[in-house]
Amino acid sequence: MGDLLANAMPIRGLIGGLMIGMASAIMLLGLGRIAGVSGLAARATGITVDGAPRPLSIAFVVGLPLGALLVALILGPVEARFEQGVVTLVIGGLLVGFGTRLGSGCTSGHGVCGMSRLSARSLVATATFMLTGFATVAAMNAMGLGQ
Amino acid sequence: MKRQIALTLVAGALFGAGLAVSGMADPLRVRGFLDLFGTWDPTLAFVMGGALIPMAIAWRIQKRMPTPMAAERFTLPTARDLDPRLIGGSALFGIGWGVAGLCPGPAIADLAIAPVPAAIFVVAMLGGMILHRLLPAAPVKQPTLETSNV
Repeated sequence: MGDLLANAMPIRGLIGGLMIGMASAIMLLGLGRIAGVSGLAARATGITVDGAPRPLSIAFVVGLPLGALLVALILGPVEARFEQGVVTLVIGGLLVGFGTRLGSGCTSGHGVCGMSRLSARSLVATATFMLTGFATVAAMNAMGLGQ
Repeated sequence: MKRQIALTLVAGALFGAGLAVSGMADPLRVRGFLDLFGTWDPTLAFVMGGALIPMAIAWRIQKRMPTPMAAERFTLPTARDLDPRLIGGSALFGIGWGVAGLCPGPAIADLAIAPVPAAIFVVAMLGGMILHRLLPAAPVKQPTLETSNV
Protein backbone atom coordinates (compact mmCIF):
# COMPACT_ATOMS: atom_id res chain seq x y z
CA MET A 1 0.00 0.00 0.00
CA GLY A 2 2.89 2.32 0.77
CA ASP A 3 4.36 1.73 -2.67
CA LEU A 4 1.00 2.04 -4.29
CA LEU A 5 0.38 5.47 -2.81
CA ALA A 6 3.97 6.64 -3.16
CA ASN A 7 3.15 9.09 -5.94
CA ALA A 8 -0.56 9.42 -5.31
CA MET A 9 -2.29 12.45 -3.79
CA PRO A 10 -5.30 10.90 -2.05
CA ILE A 11 -6.18 13.90 0.14
CA ARG A 12 -5.78 16.54 -2.56
CA GLY A 13 -7.57 14.22 -4.95
CA LEU A 14 -10.50 13.88 -2.57
CA ILE A 15 -10.67 17.64 -1.87
CA GLY A 16 -10.41 18.52 -5.56
CA GLY A 17 -12.99 15.86 -6.34
CA LEU A 18 -15.41 17.34 -3.80
CA MET A 19 -14.93 20.74 -5.49
CA ILE A 20 -15.69 19.21 -8.90
CA GLY A 21 -18.76 17.50 -7.45
CA MET A 22 -19.98 20.72 -5.83
CA ALA A 23 -19.48 22.62 -9.10
CA SER A 24 -21.56 19.95 -10.86
CA ALA A 25 -24.19 20.22 -8.10
CA ILE A 26 -24.40 24.00 -8.67
CA MET A 27 -25.06 23.32 -12.35
CA LEU A 28 -27.73 20.74 -11.54
CA LEU A 29 -29.59 22.42 -8.68
CA GLY A 30 -28.95 26.02 -9.73
CA LEU A 31 -29.19 25.88 -13.51
CA GLY A 32 -30.98 22.56 -13.96
CA ARG A 33 -28.29 21.25 -16.27
CA ILE A 34 -25.56 18.61 -16.56
CA ALA A 35 -21.98 19.85 -16.11
CA GLY A 36 -20.71 17.96 -19.13
CA VAL A 37 -17.54 19.63 -20.37
CA SER A 38 -17.46 18.11 -23.87
CA GLY A 39 -21.05 19.15 -24.58
CA LEU A 40 -20.56 22.63 -23.13
CA ALA A 41 -17.34 23.09 -25.14
CA ALA A 42 -19.10 22.07 -28.36
CA ARG A 43 -21.95 24.44 -27.59
CA ALA A 44 -19.67 27.33 -26.53
CA THR A 45 -17.74 27.12 -29.82
CA GLY A 46 -20.92 26.81 -31.88
CA ILE A 47 -20.00 23.31 -33.11
CA THR A 48 -23.41 22.13 -31.97
CA VAL A 49 -26.66 24.00 -31.56
CA ASP A 50 -27.99 21.51 -29.01
CA GLY A 51 -27.59 21.90 -25.30
CA ALA A 52 -27.28 24.78 -22.87
CA PRO A 53 -27.75 28.41 -23.99
CA ARG A 54 -24.55 29.63 -25.60
CA PRO A 55 -23.76 32.38 -23.03
CA LEU A 56 -23.92 29.81 -20.23
CA SER A 57 -21.72 27.35 -22.13
CA ILE A 58 -19.15 30.07 -22.74
CA ALA A 59 -19.25 31.11 -19.07
CA PHE A 60 -18.53 27.56 -17.92
CA VAL A 61 -15.74 27.00 -20.44
CA VAL A 62 -14.11 30.33 -19.51
CA GLY A 63 -14.48 29.45 -15.83
CA LEU A 64 -12.36 26.28 -16.13
CA PRO A 65 -8.97 27.95 -16.86
CA LEU A 66 -9.96 30.85 -14.57
CA GLY A 67 -10.36 28.45 -11.64
CA ALA A 68 -7.07 26.71 -12.42
CA LEU A 69 -5.37 30.11 -12.62
CA LEU A 70 -6.81 31.14 -9.22
CA VAL A 71 -5.40 27.96 -7.66
CA ALA A 72 -1.99 28.71 -9.21
CA LEU A 73 -2.08 32.28 -7.84
CA ILE A 74 -3.32 31.33 -4.36
CA LEU A 75 -1.75 27.93 -3.67
CA GLY A 76 1.28 28.09 -5.93
CA PRO A 77 2.30 26.38 -9.19
CA VAL A 78 -0.11 23.77 -10.58
CA GLU A 79 1.70 20.75 -11.95
CA ALA A 80 0.91 20.05 -15.60
CA ARG A 81 3.54 17.78 -17.12
CA PHE A 82 3.09 17.75 -20.88
CA GLU A 83 5.70 15.32 -22.15
CA GLN A 84 3.74 14.29 -25.20
CA GLY A 85 4.84 15.42 -28.61
CA VAL A 86 2.66 17.52 -30.90
CA VAL A 87 1.60 14.46 -32.93
CA THR A 88 0.44 12.67 -29.77
CA LEU A 89 -1.52 15.73 -28.63
CA VAL A 90 -3.21 16.07 -32.03
CA ILE A 91 -4.12 12.37 -32.34
CA GLY A 92 -5.39 12.32 -28.75
CA GLY A 93 -7.34 15.53 -29.23
CA LEU A 94 -9.03 14.35 -32.43
CA LEU A 95 -10.08 11.06 -30.81
CA VAL A 96 -11.32 12.79 -27.64
CA GLY A 97 -13.31 15.37 -29.61
CA PHE A 98 -14.86 12.90 -32.04
CA GLY A 99 -15.46 10.23 -29.41
CA THR A 100 -17.11 12.48 -26.83
CA ARG A 101 -19.55 13.84 -29.43
CA LEU A 102 -20.39 10.38 -30.76
CA GLY A 103 -20.69 8.99 -27.23
CA SER A 104 -22.60 12.01 -25.89
CA GLY A 105 -20.22 12.79 -23.02
CA CYS A 106 -16.90 12.51 -21.26
CA THR A 107 -15.48 12.05 -17.76
CA SER A 108 -17.62 14.86 -16.34
CA GLY A 109 -20.98 14.29 -18.01
CA HIS A 110 -20.97 10.48 -17.99
CA GLY A 111 -18.40 9.90 -15.22
CA VAL A 112 -19.41 12.38 -12.52
CA CYS A 113 -22.98 13.46 -13.36
CA GLY A 114 -24.31 10.29 -15.02
CA MET A 115 -22.78 7.71 -12.71
CA SER A 116 -24.04 9.55 -9.61
CA ARG A 117 -27.52 9.47 -11.22
CA LEU A 118 -27.03 5.71 -11.74
CA SER A 119 -27.71 6.20 -15.45
CA ALA A 120 -27.19 2.89 -17.25
CA ARG A 121 -25.92 4.75 -20.34
CA SER A 122 -23.33 6.63 -18.29
CA LEU A 123 -22.22 3.54 -16.36
CA VAL A 124 -21.66 1.71 -19.68
CA ALA A 125 -19.95 4.75 -21.24
CA THR A 126 -17.62 5.23 -18.26
CA ALA A 127 -16.74 1.53 -18.08
CA THR A 128 -16.02 1.62 -21.83
CA PHE A 129 -13.71 4.65 -21.85
CA MET A 130 -11.91 3.44 -18.71
CA LEU A 131 -11.30 0.05 -20.33
CA THR A 132 -10.06 1.46 -23.64
CA GLY A 133 -7.96 4.00 -21.69
CA PHE A 134 -6.28 1.24 -19.68
CA ALA A 135 -5.82 -0.86 -22.84
CA THR A 136 -4.37 2.05 -24.82
CA VAL A 137 -1.72 2.90 -22.21
CA ALA A 138 -0.84 -0.80 -21.80
CA ALA A 139 -0.55 -1.21 -25.58
CA MET A 140 1.56 1.95 -25.96
CA ASN A 141 3.89 0.77 -23.18
CA ALA A 142 4.20 -2.64 -24.84
CA MET A 143 5.12 -0.94 -28.12
CA GLY A 144 7.68 1.24 -26.38
CA LEU A 145 5.61 4.37 -26.93
CA GLY A 146 5.27 5.11 -23.22
CA GLN A 147 5.90 8.63 -22.06
CA MET B 1 -29.78 35.62 -17.59
CA LYS B 2 -27.01 37.67 -15.96
CA ARG B 3 -27.52 35.76 -12.73
CA GLN B 4 -27.38 32.47 -14.62
CA ILE B 5 -24.18 33.46 -16.40
CA ALA B 6 -22.55 34.52 -13.12
CA LEU B 7 -23.56 31.27 -11.42
CA THR B 8 -22.30 29.18 -14.35
CA LEU B 9 -19.00 31.07 -14.34
CA VAL B 10 -18.62 30.30 -10.61
CA ALA B 11 -19.42 26.63 -11.26
CA GLY B 12 -16.88 26.50 -14.10
CA ALA B 13 -14.21 28.18 -11.98
CA LEU B 14 -14.88 25.84 -9.03
CA PHE B 15 -14.68 22.89 -11.43
CA GLY B 16 -11.38 24.16 -12.88
CA ALA B 17 -10.01 24.86 -9.40
CA GLY B 18 -10.96 21.33 -8.36
CA LEU B 19 -9.09 19.90 -11.33
CA ALA B 20 -6.00 21.94 -10.41
CA VAL B 21 -6.12 21.04 -6.70
CA SER B 22 -6.67 17.33 -7.38
CA GLY B 23 -3.70 16.90 -9.72
CA MET B 24 -5.97 16.20 -12.68
CA ALA B 25 -4.54 19.18 -14.56
CA ASP B 26 -1.39 17.05 -14.89
CA PRO B 27 -1.64 14.76 -17.95
CA LEU B 28 1.20 12.57 -16.66
CA ARG B 29 -0.72 11.88 -13.44
CA VAL B 30 -3.91 11.05 -15.35
CA ARG B 31 -1.89 8.77 -17.60
CA GLY B 32 -0.46 7.22 -14.43
CA PHE B 33 -4.00 6.25 -13.42
CA LEU B 34 -4.56 4.66 -16.81
CA ASP B 35 -1.22 2.80 -16.49
CA LEU B 36 -2.92 0.00 -14.56
CA PHE B 37 -0.21 -2.57 -15.32
CA GLY B 38 2.71 -0.19 -14.82
CA THR B 39 3.35 2.39 -12.11
CA TRP B 40 -0.32 2.86 -11.28
CA ASP B 41 -1.30 6.17 -9.66
CA PRO B 42 -4.72 5.84 -7.97
CA THR B 43 -5.25 9.61 -7.46
CA LEU B 44 -7.97 9.82 -10.13
CA ALA B 45 -10.05 7.24 -8.23
CA PHE B 46 -10.03 9.54 -5.17
CA VAL B 47 -11.04 12.49 -7.37
CA MET B 48 -13.92 10.54 -8.91
CA GLY B 49 -14.98 9.28 -5.49
CA GLY B 50 -14.91 12.80 -4.07
CA ALA B 51 -16.88 14.20 -7.00
CA LEU B 52 -19.57 11.52 -6.80
CA ILE B 53 -20.45 12.35 -3.16
CA PRO B 54 -21.93 15.87 -3.66
CA MET B 55 -23.56 14.78 -6.90
CA ALA B 56 -25.22 11.71 -5.37
CA ILE B 57 -26.71 14.03 -2.75
CA ALA B 58 -27.62 16.62 -5.39
CA TRP B 59 -29.62 14.06 -7.42
CA ARG B 60 -31.63 13.16 -4.31
CA ILE B 61 -32.37 16.85 -3.68
CA GLN B 62 -33.20 17.37 -7.37
CA LYS B 63 -36.00 14.80 -7.19
CA ARG B 64 -37.83 16.97 -4.66
CA MET B 65 -37.30 20.27 -6.47
CA PRO B 66 -40.00 21.44 -8.88
CA THR B 67 -37.57 23.81 -10.62
CA PRO B 68 -33.85 24.67 -10.31
CA MET B 69 -32.95 27.59 -8.07
CA ALA B 70 -31.90 29.95 -10.87
CA ALA B 71 -33.63 28.59 -13.96
CA GLU B 72 -37.17 27.90 -15.13
CA ARG B 73 -36.85 24.16 -15.58
CA PHE B 74 -34.58 21.15 -15.41
CA THR B 75 -33.07 20.25 -18.80
CA LEU B 76 -31.63 16.78 -18.35
CA PRO B 77 -30.75 13.83 -20.61
CA THR B 78 -33.61 11.40 -21.05
CA ALA B 79 -32.07 8.78 -23.36
CA ARG B 80 -31.97 5.23 -22.03
CA ASP B 81 -30.79 3.13 -24.96
CA LEU B 82 -27.34 1.55 -24.95
CA ASP B 83 -26.74 2.16 -28.66
CA PRO B 84 -23.57 1.48 -30.67
CA ARG B 85 -22.85 5.21 -30.88
CA LEU B 86 -22.63 5.50 -27.09
CA ILE B 87 -20.27 2.55 -26.83
CA GLY B 88 -18.23 3.27 -29.97
CA GLY B 89 -17.86 6.95 -29.12
CA SER B 90 -16.86 6.20 -25.54
CA ALA B 91 -14.33 3.61 -26.76
CA LEU B 92 -12.72 6.16 -29.11
CA PHE B 93 -12.72 8.79 -26.37
CA GLY B 94 -10.95 6.35 -24.01
CA ILE B 95 -8.27 5.67 -26.62
CA GLY B 96 -7.64 9.40 -27.04
CA TRP B 97 -7.63 9.85 -23.26
CA GLY B 98 -4.99 7.12 -22.95
CA VAL B 99 -2.89 8.45 -25.83
CA ALA B 100 -2.64 12.00 -24.47
CA GLY B 101 -3.61 11.72 -20.79
CA LEU B 102 -6.18 14.44 -21.34
CA CYS B 103 -9.96 14.66 -21.33
CA PRO B 104 -11.91 17.83 -22.15
CA GLY B 105 -12.11 19.43 -18.68
CA PRO B 106 -8.42 19.29 -17.74
CA ALA B 107 -7.38 20.22 -21.29
CA ILE B 108 -9.43 23.43 -21.20
CA ALA B 109 -8.35 24.24 -17.61
CA ASP B 110 -4.71 23.75 -18.66
CA LEU B 111 -5.04 26.62 -21.14
CA ALA B 112 -4.16 28.77 -18.11
CA ILE B 113 -1.36 26.49 -16.83
CA ALA B 114 0.41 25.19 -19.92
CA PRO B 115 -1.11 27.29 -22.73
CA VAL B 116 0.81 26.02 -25.76
CA PRO B 117 0.44 22.22 -25.46
CA ALA B 118 -3.07 22.60 -24.00
CA ALA B 119 -4.10 24.77 -26.95
CA ILE B 120 -2.72 22.23 -29.44
CA PHE B 121 -4.84 19.52 -27.81
CA VAL B 122 -7.96 21.68 -27.48
CA VAL B 123 -7.80 22.79 -31.14
CA ALA B 124 -7.43 19.15 -32.22
CA MET B 125 -10.32 18.20 -29.92
CA LEU B 126 -12.56 20.85 -31.48
CA GLY B 127 -11.41 19.54 -34.87
CA GLY B 128 -12.59 16.07 -33.85
CA MET B 129 -15.93 17.52 -32.79
CA ILE B 130 -16.30 19.33 -36.13
CA LEU B 131 -15.34 16.11 -37.95
CA HIS B 132 -18.11 14.30 -36.10
CA ARG B 133 -20.58 16.91 -37.20
CA LEU B 134 -19.42 16.84 -40.83
CA LEU B 135 -19.16 13.10 -41.41
CA PRO B 136 -22.27 11.77 -43.12
CA ALA B 137 -22.09 8.57 -41.07
CA ALA B 138 -22.35 10.55 -37.88
CA PRO B 139 -25.55 12.36 -37.07
CA VAL B 140 -25.47 16.14 -37.11
CA LYS B 141 -27.85 16.22 -34.19
CA GLN B 142 -27.77 13.90 -31.24
CA PRO B 143 -31.34 12.97 -30.45
CA THR B 144 -30.04 10.71 -27.69
CA LEU B 145 -28.98 13.75 -25.68
CA GLU B 146 -32.00 15.79 -26.64
CA THR B 147 -33.42 17.28 -23.54
CA SER B 148 -36.88 17.76 -22.18
CA ASN B 149 -38.55 18.84 -19.01
CA VAL B 150 -38.20 16.39 -16.19
